[in-house]
Amino acid sequence: MSPILDVKNLYKNYGATAVLHDINVSIEEGDFLVLVGPSGCGKSTLLNCIAGLEPISGGDLFIGGQNMTNVSPKDRDIAMVFQSYALYPTMTVAKNITFGMKVRGVDPATQEAKLKHVAAQLQIEQLLHRKPGQLSGGQRQRVAMGRALVRDPKLFLFDEPLSNLDAKLRVEMRTEIKALHQKLGASMVYVTHDQIEAMTLATKIVVMKGGVIQQIGSPAEIYNRPANLFVADFMGSPAMNLIPAKARRNGNGTKIEIARKDGEPIVLTDTRNTDLPEDVIMGVRPEDIADPARLTSEHAQIAECLIEIVEPAGADTYAVMQLGGKHVTARLHAETSAKAGAQQSLAFDLGKVSYFEPETGQRLN
Amino acid sequence: MADISSSGGPSMARSQSQTTKLALRIILYLALCIFALFYLMPLFVMITTSLKSLDEIRTGDLMSLPRDVTFDAWRSAWSEACTGIQCEGVRPFFWNSVLIAIPGVLISTLLGALNGYVVAQWRFKGANIFFALMLFGCFIPFQVVLLPMARMLGVMGIAGTIPGLVFVHVIYGLGFTTLFFRNYYVSIPDELTKAAKVDGAGFFRIFWSIFLPLSLPIIVVTVIWQFTQIWNDFLFGVSFSQAGTQPVTVALNNIVNSTTGVKEYNVDMAAAIIAALPTLFVYVVAGKYFIRGLTAGSVKG
Amino acid sequence: MSKWLQDNMPKIVLAPSFIAVMIFVYGFIGWTAWVSLTRSRLMPRYELDSFIQYERLAASPRFETAMVNLFIFGSLFIIIAMVLGLLLAILLDQKIRTEGAIRTIYLYPMALSMIVTGTAWKWILNPGLGLEAMVRGWGFEEFRFDWLVDPDMAIYTIVIAAIWQSSGFVMALFLAGLRSVDGEIIKAAQVDGIPHWRVYTAIIIPSMAPIFLSAFIVLAHLAIKSFDLVIALTGGGPGYATDLPATYMYAMAFSRGDIGQAASSAMVMMLVVFAIVVPYLYSELRTKDG
Repeated sequence: MSPILDVKNLYKNYGATAVLHDINVSIEEGDFLVLVGPSGCGKSTLLNCIAGLEPISGGDLFIGGQNMTNVSPKDRDIAMVFQSYALYPTMTVAKNITFGMKVRGVDPATQEAKLKHVAAQLQIEQLLHRKPGQLSGGQRQRVAMGRALVRDPKLFLFDEPLSNLDAKLRVEMRTEIKALHQKLGASMVYVTHDQIEAMTLATKIVVMKGGVIQQIGSPAEIYNRPANLFVADFMGSPAMNLIPAKARRNGNGTKIEIARKDGEPIVLTDTRNTDLPEDVIMGVRPEDIADPARLTSEHAQIAECLIEIVEPAGADTYAVMQLGGKHVTARLHAETSAKAGAQQSLAFDLGKVSYFEPETGQRLN
Repeated sequence: MADISSSGGPSMARSQSQTTKLALRIILYLALCIFALFYLMPLFVMITTSLKSLDEIRTGDLMSLPRDVTFDAWRSAWSEACTGIQCEGVRPFFWNSVLIAIPGVLISTLLGALNGYVVAQWRFKGANIFFALMLFGCFIPFQVVLLPMARMLGVMGIAGTIPGLVFVHVIYGLGFTTLFFRNYYVSIPDELTKAAKVDGAGFFRIFWSIFLPLSLPIIVVTVIWQFTQIWNDFLFGVSFSQAGTQPVTVALNNIVNSTTGVKEYNVDMAAAIIAALPTLFVYVVAGKYFIRGLTAGSVKG
Repeated sequence: MSKWLQDNMPKIVLAPSFIAVMIFVYGFIGWTAWVSLTRSRLMPRYELDSFIQYERLAASPRFETAMVNLFIFGSLFIIIAMVLGLLLAILLDQKIRTEGAIRTIYLYPMALSMIVTGTAWKWILNPGLGLEAMVRGWGFEEFRFDWLVDPDMAIYTIVIAAIWQSSGFVMALFLAGLRSVDGEIIKAAQVDGIPHWRVYTAIIIPSMAPIFLSAFIVLAHLAIKSFDLVIALTGGGPGYATDLPATYMYAMAFSRGDIGQAASSAMVMMLVVFAIVVPYLYSELRTKDG
């Protein structure tokens, strides 16, 4: 079967400035694709290009196997939910939801039936006669979803749909969108700058920066094997520790030397990577630096570190130290004995470490 | 209030500052009233003069109330006063102004709404240049187009006609109407247009179903602005009209400055009030929108 | 609707207005500029003949009077209207209970035609029966207020009427500006114990610089275009003592039949307007795009 969305060598320029550079992505039916990146990375532009709201400068775009490169948005069989919800202010909720069908000339009986169905699905029946101005943020969000759902399109597009909600509501709606996706089995493309949203929702993530795709992969791949320093730093919270280190070949392993502010460098032995250049950046997730008793990986290595700050966060306690000239965060359990200003022995899980080339930022292992 | 204790106890200081405050308030209100009298005086003089007989005007003084109220001057101004050789009062010219203002306002507002919609929501290469060119056009002194426009109206066969004046007012009103609507529509998120496009609506459908229903306030502002401009216009009226097609401002000026016969100040004043009534009425009824138009036309322009 | 038509609809809709502006604004300015460089008299001629019309303008005592008048009228009108407008705005900003009504009274002249304003003031200032007669009637037999018929003073009557008409509008502009100053800054100043009047002079008024600029531009623009008021109030007289470039242009175009002079004086007016407006528009457009 052909992919539901296939973007081939897509370029987009505004005058002389390139906004999107050689974008290639495809998703299968039922995929939840999340485009994630910092603001200005081109993710929203890419979504607008997929919707047909922005003309593209080069490449091709297929939806459901059909070349849609030059097709107007209304004929692409898509529906879109916007950041500001873009509800028509002078129309009631019911009219907002049925406007598209009305434009298309769908008969009133069908309109009514579909409206009822969608309203029940989203539990907004009691709002149908209100105007958008009389709705709360969460309710507007639901209406915007309803307007998309009622179309029953091949592809749903979401442009940062949760960013205008407060933190609590955002988490609720996130869960709801995920549930909806699982129930409908629909194909979705979702833009966000929030990496947690990306991790929790996606079946496939595209990380972008400066109009260039940095990595495409499942949430686990992106998290565990980031393709470069940018992805490593951007995905995950607290961020991955990126520690400058020296690698020296030693028998059947590699000695990794990490400088400390005072005293001897820490030396760890990696038995799995034997091919590293001398200068590397070692990437370690905070949860891969832990209390020795709790980290039972066979690749665990223990070192003494001077803890500078202890930050209890409820379920976990974060300990900050200085290694290789950087602040390094370790994720310890809540009842840890670590104290600010004291030495603490910590286990590093070398089985989960990433190595990056310092100059190019590319992944080495 | 840190210095209270040093000036002889809190209560005394308070009562003192209270008196100063009261005195200041009285002076303030007095000043505001004097200015109000300054602005109201000409209107007062116009009205009282228009209700006096000529004899009373010659003998009484400017500010006195009329002894015998008479509406003769109003009747004369409306239907008898001479504007040059014609002696039909301002009535026919009042209707000329109505016939010029109504289509002039409607057409320029509609075009301004469409232009503003395009410039604000359908940005394409050159749309900003178009807008800058239009904005510039708002500021030219119209003297610079009077001569070629007179010839052009002749070429088009509408010189000295009411349609000719409507045409002129539409052309030179476009800059401001476009400006008003553009500034209004530019604050509406473009996601609305995008959502409607995804919903399948086209250019006019989006305008008609989504933007126009949102536009009531700016339509009122624009209509009032254009109406005031066109109704109060004198330059185009005096330059491009002929005997039967003059607007009321031109007729008023002709009555006041006609040199034949006795100077009838009461009739002049009645005619002036008649000429001012429509815009005054609009101002009283919709002052908020009137002011908004004035400030929008100047601050944003 | 075909796709081409749909894609180009915005341009199609804009086209008539664009063409109209290009012809009736820019084309016409071009025509006037061209004719101002010819020997046109009763009928336009199109052979260029250098700056002969501008030399005639420079040599014309009537146009010189008009320019001097524009300078006197313009500067007095702008300065007094701004000072008065600011004063009224500050007075009205003191939590006045009847603010709405007072504002309505101050601003209504702006709704009137200049012709109406001129007619009213012509009657009030007329020495025989107006203010002068009234004050004499009160017993001040020597009182003189005959500026309207005094060639040296007549221009000031135009200043009075123009200020009466426009100062309320300047007040509205300034009042909006006063109200738009960040309330927290004012509160901070009050907490610091800064006296009320100092809050105005040190904080509020300096932050209104853009409004001063706007008011200046609008008033200057009004002054240069002033035509109706002069026609209605003095008719340019006595003699041509109150001529402005606008009335000069009109007289040349429609009563003297001197198209060359009309065109060149119109061009001078436009240059004066542009010298004031262009820098302003330029900065406005730049900040809007950025």
